[in-house]
Amino acid sequence: MKRRQFLTFAAAGLGSMLIAPRIVFANVETDRRFVFIIQRGAADGLNTIVPYADPAYRGLRGSLAIEDPIRLDGMFGLHPSLGGLGKLYQDKQALFVHAVASPYRERSHFDGQNVLESGGASPYERRDGWLNRLIGLLPKSRGEAIAFAPTIPLALRGEAEVASFAPSVLPDAADDLMIRVGKLYDADEQLHALWSSAMEARALGAETAQRSDAASVGRTAASFLAKSDGPRIAMVETGGWDTHSGQRNRLANQLRALDMLIDALRAGLGDAWKDTTVLVATEFGRTAAANGTGGTDHGTASAALLAGGTVNGGKVLADWPGLTAAALYEGRDLAPTLDLDALIAATAAETFGLDPRETMRMLFPAGRFSSTISGVVKI
Amino acid sequence: MLTEARLAHPTEVAVALNRFGLGARPDEQAPADPKSWLVAQFESYQANPAAFAGAQGSAALGAGYAEAANEAKNADAAEKMAALKTARQQARALYRDEVDLRVRASLDTPAPFVERLVHFWSNHFAVSAEKPQVTMMAGAFEREAIRPHVLGRFEDMLLAVEHHPAMLLYLDQASSIGPNSGFASRAADRKGKRKPGINENLAREIMELHTLGVRSGYTQADVTEFALALTGFGIGRARYPETAGGAFAFRPALHEPGERTIMGETYGQDGQQQPLGVLRDLAAAEATATHIATKLARHFIADDPPAAAVARLADAFRRSKGDLVPVYRALIGSPEAWRPAPAKFKTPWEWTISALRGLGLRDFDKPRLAQLLNQLGQPVWRPGSPAGYDDVGGSWAAPDALLRRVEVAQRLAAQIGDIDPRELAQKLFAGPPGDMTAVEVARAESQRTGLALLLVSPDFQRR
Repeated sequence: MKRRQFLTFAAAGLGSMLIAPRIVFANVETDRRFVFIIQRGAADGLNTIVPYADPAYRGLRGSLAIEDPIRLDGMFGLHPSLGGLGKLYQDKQALFVHAVASPYRERSHFDGQNVLESGGASPYERRDGWLNRLIGLLPKSRGEAIAFAPTIPLALRGEAEVASFAPSVLPDAADDLMIRVGKLYDADEQLHALWSSAMEARALGAETAQRSDAASVGRTAASFLAKSDGPRIAMVETGGWDTHSGQRNRLANQLRALDMLIDALRAGLGDAWKDTTVLVATEFGRTAAANGTGGTDHGTASAALLAGGTVNGGKVLADWPGLTAAALYEGRDLAPTLDLDALIAATAAETFGLDPRETMRMLFPAGRFSSTISGVVKI
Repeated sequence: MLTEARLAHPTEVAVALNRFGLGARPDEQAPADPKSWLVAQFESYQANPAAFAGAQGSAALGAGYAEAANEAKNADAAEKMAALKTARQQARALYRDEVDLRVRASLDTPAPFVERLVHFWSNHFAVSAEKPQVTMMAGAFEREAIRPHVLGRFEDMLLAVEHHPAMLLYLDQASSIGPNSGFASRAADRKGKRKPGINENLAREIMELHTLGVRSGYTQADVTEFALALTGFGIGRARYPETAGGAFAFRPALHEPGERTIMGETYGQDGQQQPLGVLRDLAAAEATATHIATKLARHFIADDPPAAAVARLADAFRRSKGDLVPVYRALIGSPEAWRPAPAKFKTPWEWTISALRGLGLRDFDKPRLAQLLNQLGQPVWRPGSPAGYDDVGGSWAAPDALLRRVEVAQRLAAQIGDIDPRELAQKLFAGPPGDMTAVEVARAESQRTGLALLLVSPDFQRR
């Protein structure tokens, strides 16, 4: 078994692998694919994997509460926009992890994303990303790892060479940016008036466009990853998760787009889907309670999603802290009970048959290995 | 003694960088003394920066075009069409390259204030790249007629402009013929031919736009007389005697003989000394000083410039006899230009250049800038009118224009790697940006969104 082979090497000593991976693994290849989808902007875990049976949920969320989730088990349900993932869950190809967070405990997007992507314990501690370090643990495949983004995101930056691919025509400015620009112009009489009329003129077509964009990103990524000599590791960036206002519709659109992205990946990968692990994660979650503007603010723990033919799916992994006032982190956020770094390390290690402790040590040097999270992916 | 540097207020640094200059660059040290920084640029400005090496001059371009036209002369209709199509394509390709050169010079310049003045004057003496010949020469026009004189005398710039083939072609001067000239009398002998005559276009625009200003006292009779005086200003061709193909040539055979009276002044000179005399008087006219002062004040101070500042600049212009550096010094010395609140809404050109500079770029491939500025509503050197682009916010601040800037900002920010927009904001405004901008940029969901927001923030839309 090929994967067993490099498990041995991984345990033997990582230094030699980093220096001459080509020599060590000249003929060893993996069929496994790993796709990391980052949700920039702090995705709302509580309305993605909905704790519908938690007695405090409806009270906290008010009109934002999801009334008709796709039931997963006695505790959790999926947001109704995630029909494709619901199907994968039934087929035991999707696994959801709740109340999970990186080591970062403040609430700045940039800093939070920096910690999530670098794998450091605090922002700006490291200049390279865990996904790049993961490449160093693997045999050299013929295709470089690839970012489906105009520039290389931090998670993929580092010693290993990485490609990037972005469609030449970028989509219209994202809804999120539009909303922020609107806020930025609120106090400016001239710009506010101009912007309001621009927004009125802007057609409703934006929503449809967003979804077709997501599907096309999924298809594009699949077309690279499906090739036998193509990349084995890829990263896809998604934005627009920072739903301070208008969350009901915006999150529904965001999740529908994510669902279509994953579905397009699945469809496009064909046979290779059975060797694929997709991990979706965000920098932190959102407040347990709805705010005064039909949205939620920056929080702490969120949910992570795993999908793919390799996944030991059909379950929700959570050490549920509950949503009572006393249970909330700092009285406002879902409390983190699982470590996102450990989840990432376990997922990566199991996907590629690497030693889990060594993988944790390389990807998240400041983190602590935990055996709580294991068996998420079929080895 | 307390140096001025210690007294410099952060907003003055920001004004120097963004209102006088082309926008702060994160990789350049903010000036300690904003005013000395501006003055020092009179020394550091490069009229002919290295980036321009290899760019073609207007004479070569014009001669090449004339040659191609001559070759196509005896061809059949289909071949002529094909030749015209090729000429247009070549002109557009040259134009796009020239736009890239202009952008590169603006990103890389040691003297952004003077580069801004180049753009100002180029727009004051606007040609519009519509005819293929003007399209391909627009960049050369700015290099040859504007750049060498931007720190010189207004009269010299005026003469360079009105002698330039791009201007002569744009405003049809090259085909203006004195009705009593030698050429016209010979043509009259050949019956049935259209009677040659003058074209007033250039003469009118020189008075209305380049020098005196509209409604400043000249009459239609003055325009006609001036147009007669200007006959003979044309472009050389290989087959004309004593002319260089493609370059300016005075063609005595087309010049209207006799003395001319313009605004009460009589010009009895022979040949091209006559129009030169008129141009020199126009450059030195009272109205010209006021006209130029008003436009400079509008560009650097406010859409509706304060009368005191205009008077101060006009006075400097008169006293220096059109030497421009003293006028710029008077501008730098005008307190109205240093008001901290930005009064000018950036044109698409200004916004784009400041955005590229703000992101630390020095070169730029994609999308092509010519195309980008077209999308933003201000194609370079193509204002569509000899009046140039409007220099008031109302012409640029429009709903769709804002939307396009947001889209472009997103596109530009997407090409940038790791820049913390919070730190960048501090550098671009030489201190903290407005409260709203600071808050929203810091709150953005990603660095890229933060950068895009910064570029479209109210603080960045204005200068």
